Amino acid sequence: MKLIKFKEKAIHFFFFLTAISAIVILLGIFLMLLFNGIKMFKDVSAFDFFFSTVWNPTAYGEPSYGILSMVMSTVMVIIGSMIIAVPLGIGTAAYITEVAGPRTQEILKPIIEILAAIPSVVIGFLGIIFVGPLIAKVFNLTSGLNAINGSILLAVMSLPTIISISEDAIRAVPKDYKEASYALGANRWTTLIRVTIPAAISGIVASIMLGIGRAIGETMTVLMVTGNAPAMPHSFFDSIRTMTATIAIELGEVPYGTTHYYAIFAVGTILFLMSLSVNIIAELVTARYRSRRI
Amino acid sequence: MPYNFRLIISGAIFFVMLTTMISCSKKEVDKHSIQIKGSDTEVNLVQRLSEVYMEKLPDVSIAITGGGSGTGIAALINRQTDIANSSRPMKNAEIEQAKAKGVEPVPIMFALDGLAIITHESLPVKSLNLDEVASIFKGEITNWSKVGGPDMETSVYGRQSNSGTFVYFRDTVLKGDYAPSVRRMNGTAQIVEAVRKDKAAIGYVGIGYVVNEEGNIISDINVLNLASDANTTGVSPLESENVKSGKYPLSRPLFQYTNGIPTGKILEFVQFELSDEGQKLIEKEGYYPITSRHMEHNRSLGIIK
Repeated sequence: MKLIKFKEKAIHFFFFLTAISAIVILLGIFLMLLFNGIKMFKDVSAFDFFFSTVWNPTAYGEPSYGILSMVMSTVMVIIGSMIIAVPLGIGTAAYITEVAGPRTQEILKPIIEILAAIPSVVIGFLGIIFVGPLIAKVFNLTSGLNAINGSILLAVMSLPTIISISEDAIRAVPKDYKEASYALGANRWTTLIRVTIPAAISGIVASIMLGIGRAIGETMTVLMVTGNAPAMPHSFFDSIRTMTATIAIELGEVPYGTTHYYAIFAVGTILFLMSLSVNIIAELVTARYRSRRI
Repeated sequence: MPYNFRLIISGAIFFVMLTTMISCSKKEVDKHSIQIKGSDTEVNLVQRLSEVYMEKLPDVSIAITGGGSGTGIAALINRQTDIANSSRPMKNAEIEQAKAKGVEPVPIMFALDGLAIITHESLPVKSLNLDEVASIFKGEITNWSKVGGPDMETSVYGRQSNSGTFVYFRDTVLKGDYAPSVRRMNGTAQIVEAVRKDKAAIGYVGIGYVVNEEGNIISDINVLNLASDANTTGVSPLESENVKSGKYPLSRPLFQYTNGIPTGKILEFVQFELSDEGQKLIEKEGYYPITSRHMEHNRSLGIIK
């Protein structure tokens, strides 16, 4: 009897440990980034770090550590990718749930899921050999390694997330809404645009946020196709270097314990905070959408 | 609880197998394998040398990875590699850092590179001097018309800061900073690929990267003739004499660093690279054999007789 009780407790404890391990890991990562990153401010002023556009830690003369251009670059590819992925993603989700017959659904859904399984390095490769030359040709540029290229590829990568979560949201809209709309004489298109999508909007917003979360942290693809020029971007045709690419490029060679080393951690901290806030927004919106459904 | 018991037994067996496998493979590594890491300029060259060497001595295995000279040197300092390939000499700070960790870096020069400045074949500019090249990479010249080309924005390709060539080029040619608009490419091969497709491109690559396996220049690119200043005429790095004599302004030795004077398998491999056979292979790969002056340096280290 006693043994069973002990076993019960042990199992209980074991599952508690697995449950909190994620929290411990998350907190550990954040503290590691923060404590290493903060040491940089001994040598670099916070103002220079946040508002200088020149990131050149391995300068010939005086090194500089301004992250503004790379934050702008990251924001720019995210905006670009969402301009492409949001209409495409919502459109696909609406088609799958509202228009497509069951057979089409059966074929389409697994294909979209497979899209999520393509390794990012393969997508980057596609960007170099196919999308880049195409962009150069279409826009009459000399090189296709630029922000647009990164945006297109990130759009492809965030599409599966956006489609599958929007699809769930649209499917969750109660049948009564649609029936009421039809009863009032609205056709399918009007019902979809005026009733179903607005009713599912919080779920759709959450899907967009998670899509952004997917795109923000993406490293390999943008590293391969955006040209990695650490200049302040002026247009989508400029070569850019995102925060993730900078970390990936420089962490391999940076001497331990230098300002440059800590600066990379500081960039990581900012990136972490950016992606954390996007995820929190997604979480809040989803919570609201759940409570509304009941 | 027979189920749990079985799980524990199989777990234990798996663990024992795993540890034996790891310890065995570790021994294998210690005995025969040489780890080489670093310069992207050198990676294909050393790969070729090691392939030929391993064919002769099948019990030796050599593993080569690129990643840039800075990466290789960092690995040498952290004792993660036997040989660090580097296309630039180690910086003083790096040598101090190595010594603080008890690592004694020894520079071996094994090949000569004439760092090539390449452009797209269709560009009419065929010769530049060092100042003009520096101005283009520093962003002071942004249009080809300034150096006798068509009215077209320059499209500049370089390497990342972990590249030895990035540092060499900055310190010997620019003597200043790269323009932020210079694209930082991941590897030398990527620069070649980008320049082939870009009509306004200019980039720098190790001379071994401009020739293909048959020894011909890769299609769609042009290797610029380079002059040290405005008063001299440009010479091509494709002529071995220009590079060996130093008439080509970007002639540079390629280094391999070891921790202390190498011994055993590592020494034998380095001696192979410096042998007549090794030097011939280097020439076949598009680079140039080292001069007697560099050979003398290696001799003074006691690596060769």
